Amino acid sequence: MWQWFHRLGSPRWFYQTSGKWLPWLGGITFLLLIIGLVWGLGFAPRDAKQGNSFRIIYIHVPASFLALAGYYVMAIAGAVGLIWKMKLADMVMKSAAPLGAALTFVALVTGAIWGKPTWGTYWVWDARITSMLVLLFLYLGVMALQHSYTSVDAANRASAVLSLVGMVNIPIIYKSVDWWYTLHQPATIKFTEAPTMHPDMFHPLLVMIAGFYCFYALVLILNTRSEILHRERRSSWVKDVVLQNQR
Amino acid sequence: MGYGFAAILRRDLLLAFRNRGEIANPIIFFFIVVTLIPLGLTPEPSRLAEIAPGILWVMALLASLLSVEGLFHSDYRDGTLEQLVISPQPLYLMVLAKILAHWLITGLPLTLLAPVLGMMLSLPAAGYLPLVLGLLMGTAVLSLLGAIGAGLTVALRKGGLLLSLIVMPLYMPVLIFGASAVQRSVDGFSVQGPLAVMGALLAFSLLIAPFATAGALRVSMHG
Repeated sequence: MWQWFHRLGSPRWFYQTSGKWLPWLGGITFLLLIIGLVWGLGFAPRDAKQGNSFRIIYIHVPASFLALAGYYVMAIAGAVGLIWKMKLADMVMKSAAPLGAALTFVALVTGAIWGKPTWGTYWVWDARITSMLVLLFLYLGVMALQHSYTSVDAANRASAVLSLVGMVNIPIIYKSVDWWYTLHQPATIKFTEAPTMHPDMFHPLLVMIAGFYCFYALVLILNTRSEILHRERRSSWVKDVVLQNQR
Repeated sequence: MGYGFAAILRRDLLLAFRNRGEIANPIIFFFIVVTLIPLGLTPEPSRLAEIAPGILWVMALLASLLSVEGLFHSDYRDGTLEQLVISPQPLYLMVLAKILAHWLITGLPLTLLAPVLGMMLSLPAAGYLPLVLGLLMGTAVLSLLGAIGAGLTVALRKGGLLLSLIVMPLYMPVLIFGASAVQRSVDGFSVQGPLAVMGALLAFSLLIAPFATAGALRVSMHG
């Protein structure tokens, strides 16, 4: 029963199997993102209050979703690596950190760009923006720790411990930032998003979210594959793969 | 089981009292930085009073951060840490003892001196009690969380800056509740809420942080 789990621990098995998934996953990702973007940017109705500027939501919301989900992916992979000493999980964790940081950055930047026409300013100390910024710092901390160790094994375990500590802290940080915000609520700026979205706007958003999830999986697998090749560079099967590609 | 705890606590306190200069450093830092605030912003009492709660808490946080860096450093360099990790005593309790000693040496003096600095920044009278109560619990939380970062970076040659990068995001809830307790009291509201949350943070990190620190130290020793 646990055979698949043990097999998953082998980087070589993962490299070969994920190679077969890649064309499918890549195709689905490409299709979903194209459909979502064209539908959302071209055909969804204009927002009554915000006009066309609301359309950045089709990048902003999926990126924010995955920025947070990505931290959990990283931390859980780190935990699996710590508990079962699984090499693959360590590599997934290392690949997830820059990816999550990039998505958090995208969410922050698109939020700032969206904020200018809507709120009249690029940056507001809003609860959600502030917690996103903290999330970016958490990611950067894990990345910095990972890069500062020379031993690969120590780097993995240290950043796994840190990402687990971060995972325990994320709900606390989010709650406290929420609480802080309600205490200092600025009166002039309000989030003008409608409580419920019109289905015509919502459906392309769903497609984009699905597309971003596939995109995340795709990039994570690609990053992990290159990490596998790098770490296993001395093994004979990697040499075979490289030789095959050169031919 | 408590033997390791007591021995480490006694040893660390003894070491600290033999090097009294090092105890004074975070406190002097706290004083100097607070002196910079009126020089940089304004000496006007009414405006200082407005920002005093936040400034005092940010400074306490930085002072604690600077001192926590050395928590395991000398023990790592002379091999004591290795002996602790391989000794049959539970590492959780020994780490807890080191953190407690660190708090007694840095957090407690900072807490006791905070009212003086509050006076220099013309903090309104209502703010003193929540400031001291908040710092009493908050500096302990800062020591506990900082220990995790110190454990993770102790084996690195340039761990100091990295330590602050790692630990700062974890410090944010403490800062929020600590500073807001003082602010609320100055504004005439009840401070029970933020102080109760601070107590909860202390209880929770007391439970988790030594465990994570012990794990971090094991990583650092084997790495």
